[in-house]
Amino acid sequence: MAMRPLLLLPEIVLFLGGLTVLVSGSFLPRTRQWVTRVIAAAALVAAAILAAVALPGPAQPAMEGTFTVDTATGVARIVAALGTLIVLALASDEIAGSPRESETYALLLFATTGTLVLAGADDLLVVTVGFLLASMPLYGLIGIARTPRGAEAAMKTYLLGALFGILLLVGVTLLYGVSATTSYAELTDRLAEAPQGVVAAGVVAVLGGLMFKAGGVPGHYWVPDAAEGAGGAVAAFLTTVPKIGAVVAAYRLIAMLPDTLAWPLLVAVLAVASMTLGNLAAYWQTDPRRLLGWSTVSQVGYLLVPVAVAGRSDLALPSLLLYLAGYTVTNLSAFAVTTAFPDRRDLDSYRGMGRARPWLGASLVVALLGLVGTPPTVVFAGKLTTTMAAWDGGLAWLAVLVFVNTVISLFYYLRWIAPVYGRVEPPARTLPGAFISAGWSATTAVVTAGLSLALGIAAGALWSVFSA
Amino acid sequence: MLSLIVFLPLSAALALLALPRLGDAAARWTWVAVAAADLALVVAAWLRYETPAAGGLAFEEQAEWIPGVNSSYHLGVDGLSLPLIAMTAVIFLACAIFALRETDRPRLQAALFLFLQSVSMGLFVAADLILFFVFFDLSIVGMYFVIAGWGHGNAARSAMKFFLYTFLGSLALLVGFIGLYIAADPHTFDMVELAEQTPLAGSSLAGGLVLAAILIGLAVKTPTVPFHTWLPPAHTDAPAIGSAVLAGVLLKMGTYGFVRIAMPMLPEAWRDWAWVIIVVGIVSVVYGALVALAQTNFKRMVAYTSVNHMGYIVLAVGAAGVVADDTAQARSVAVTGAVTQMVSHGLITGALFLLAGVLQDRAATYDMDSYGGLAGPAPRFAAFFAVGAFASLGLPGLSGFIAEFQIFTGSIAAAPVTAIALVGILLTAALFLRSLQRIFTGETRGRSVGFTDLRAAEVWSVGPLLVLSLLIGVFPRPLLAVIEPAAEVAVELVGR
Repeated sequence: MAMRPLLLLPEIVLFLGGLTVLVSGSFLPRTRQWVTRVIAAAALVAAAILAAVALPGPAQPAMEGTFTVDTATGVARIVAALGTLIVLALASDEIAGSPRESETYALLLFATTGTLVLAGADDLLVVTVGFLLASMPLYGLIGIARTPRGAEAAMKTYLLGALFGILLLVGVTLLYGVSATTSYAELTDRLAEAPQGVVAAGVVAVLGGLMFKAGGVPGHYWVPDAAEGAGGAVAAFLTTVPKIGAVVAAYRLIAMLPDTLAWPLLVAVLAVASMTLGNLAAYWQTDPRRLLGWSTVSQVGYLLVPVAVAGRSDLALPSLLLYLAGYTVTNLSAFAVTTAFPDRRDLDSYRGMGRARPWLGASLVVALLGLVGTPPTVVFAGKLTTTMAAWDGGLAWLAVLVFVNTVISLFYYLRWIAPVYGRVEPPARTLPGAFISAGWSATTAVVTAGLSLALGIAAGALWSVFSA
Repeated sequence: MLSLIVFLPLSAALALLALPRLGDAAARWTWVAVAAADLALVVAAWLRYETPAAGGLAFEEQAEWIPGVNSSYHLGVDGLSLPLIAMTAVIFLACAIFALRETDRPRLQAALFLFLQSVSMGLFVAADLILFFVFFDLSIVGMYFVIAGWGHGNAARSAMKFFLYTFLGSLALLVGFIGLYIAADPHTFDMVELAEQTPLAGSSLAGGLVLAAILIGLAVKTPTVPFHTWLPPAHTDAPAIGSAVLAGVLLKMGTYGFVRIAMPMLPEAWRDWAWVIIVVGIVSVVYGALVALAQTNFKRMVAYTSVNHMGYIVLAVGAAGVVADDTAQARSVAVTGAVTQMVSHGLITGALFLLAGVLQDRAATYDMDSYGGLAGPAPRFAAFFAVGAFASLGLPGLSGFIAEFQIFTGSIAAAPVTAIALVGILLTAALFLRSLQRIFTGETRGRSVGFTDLRAAEVWSVGPLLVLSLLIGVFPRPLLAVIEPAAEVAVELVGR
């Protein structure tokens, strides 16, 4: 076992990039803060490239075996870095020239670093470090908009984050207490012989902490408030990127556990609770971002489906990664439409958008139907393979519940699509400039929607990379 | 060849979207030209078609798609699908011609229908379950926008109901597909392989559950009682060409799935549950006809007769599962009749819905009592309508007779109880004659006053559909020659 810090190059690049942005931001005048955005983007691109170069190699342990660089880590790195890059594009419209511009970029980079640490963690203490590193910047990001709603959301997230962080630490302590180790490599055998009650309590607590980070039941309360109260780019970020790390960490945790207790059932229950609650709560939301916030809670439920069969089906890991990649690009596309029209905070205010802005309207349809799981978007391929994994792993009922939930979810996504293509009342039609969109967001929405389709058609190629 | 047939309309649709400066008239004529070209390609394919070996497909194309889960881009046709893609091409061309007078966003409408055409063609030639599902789902999306965007009345609500209902069905279907995939060894989504393997043979519980999922999915799309409630509102509020495509093409996706997927891949479960399917078929036939009889809205009436006509198909494929000694011949006749009925119903209902569109266009109502003596001011309309109505009620000399005659000959020989469904024919005869009488005979009154007769575009779109129905009725040999070998194979497969 050795440190081999070079294996962590993408994380290091992101962290140093964040520091550089922070420092240079305090020296640059307000009008030239865009330089920090370029630095941040460069760091993200560099991290993604470094991760992509390392991806084909064999799995390697780093940092004395507490961190693994394998396919899952590699894919999470690339998806998270590119996801944050897309968020930067959304941020260009919203916070360019604002008082907290460089700070926002720095916090985004730090939170992304935390996500990557979570994704690769092979040790409970590293999981804790990743959790904290990914959570702390979020509190600041949510409150940075300095609106009353933003402050409330930041407070709520902070309190829940503190609570679930403690829960996570309690879990780590319990597991350490019965096994005298925090390393996954040794935990499997030692937990098999440990008192099952304590192990169960410890795992539930650690999983609970990760659910906060992922935004799934039971740690989901902050998600809709934060999605609604934070700025658009931040909302897009916090409903997308942190999930990548948290879900992969949950996968590693479950895959590591011995077969002594019914872990698949526990995760399956969390999955069903997340998807059902998220879907039902999204039903009558009128704010598109709040609706998307609840929708992401339900998406965590789908993401947990392959986690439930971790280690029991060969399809589990590649399908999880496929769903994560697809979810990231599709969810960001939907958020990009909301940031393109930051003042339209009511579903009905999108009435006639399809006619006024056909490309944006089409993007929204692709993104929302993509989130439902309609072919040929990439989320369809992900949903299909994750349910196949569940069935293959002996949880056919979970596969059926995923589809039942998909139908339930369809209704609220259509509630947004319907006005977009609905009949326009004559007065609205006479306002030619009614749908002036923010440029970067509009472009991003179209590009990511196209990507969602393209990746769906190229799902076979992705699959062969992910299952390597 | 098949890829070209499938993707030619889609590429034209994208071109139409990418050229916003194109005038409305140019867009409409582009649509007609592309639909005609696609039909020409299908005709060329038909002329070159040779019956493939049992279980095989003609014009096969295969490319890797998601190799990790053994799903490929696999296309091919046989006697079950070739007549349906021909019928699809004809109906879309008829719709393109009918829409030549459209003024409401014609460019978008053309693009949307071309998209739907690609999707429908793709579904009928797909030889991979995931590919089939992709097209199945996209057809729902396309039709949602047709109803919501160009419908009338309570269109948004009907479109939503249609979407939710059929999407539920499609997901049940997907659950069944995954069940087949998991049970197959090696795991695969390839239809040809699955039909060879019959993966769930020997496990009657799992086979029954998977069949149930697939049947529910297909029954919603078909639709059969009790999953038909989405159909009448969707039809009533859809635009005329939308209804024609929905009833003519999209409903066939359900019945086609019965013969293409459920029967050959789950023969054992199909035989076990054949009686349930027959009962559902009989109920659909009788119930659909009775409810249609009670309608005063012409379009709703035709919608309910679709439930009735689809019921005949369900009945026939159910009877094909009642395996006994020396009924193979009869059951094969029933399946041939079922496929013929799919084609025939597509043509006839397509024509009837387009004619209903004329009613809406001229007088803005489908209420049959608002008309009277319409034969006076609109003799061509009356003649077309009468031919359509007689074809639909199964008059000899028209395609509906050929189909229903075979269905009943085959089904009654295999399962005599199916004779109950003959009542349905009687009822449809009554209801069509009554609607003819209400709308066309007597003194010209109500909305009939000042009703202008069919225009050229309408004649040229509805006319060919009726002529084809007549041709099949008088001279069914070429069509049956294509269908029969495939029907025999299907019956053989279900008898395994």
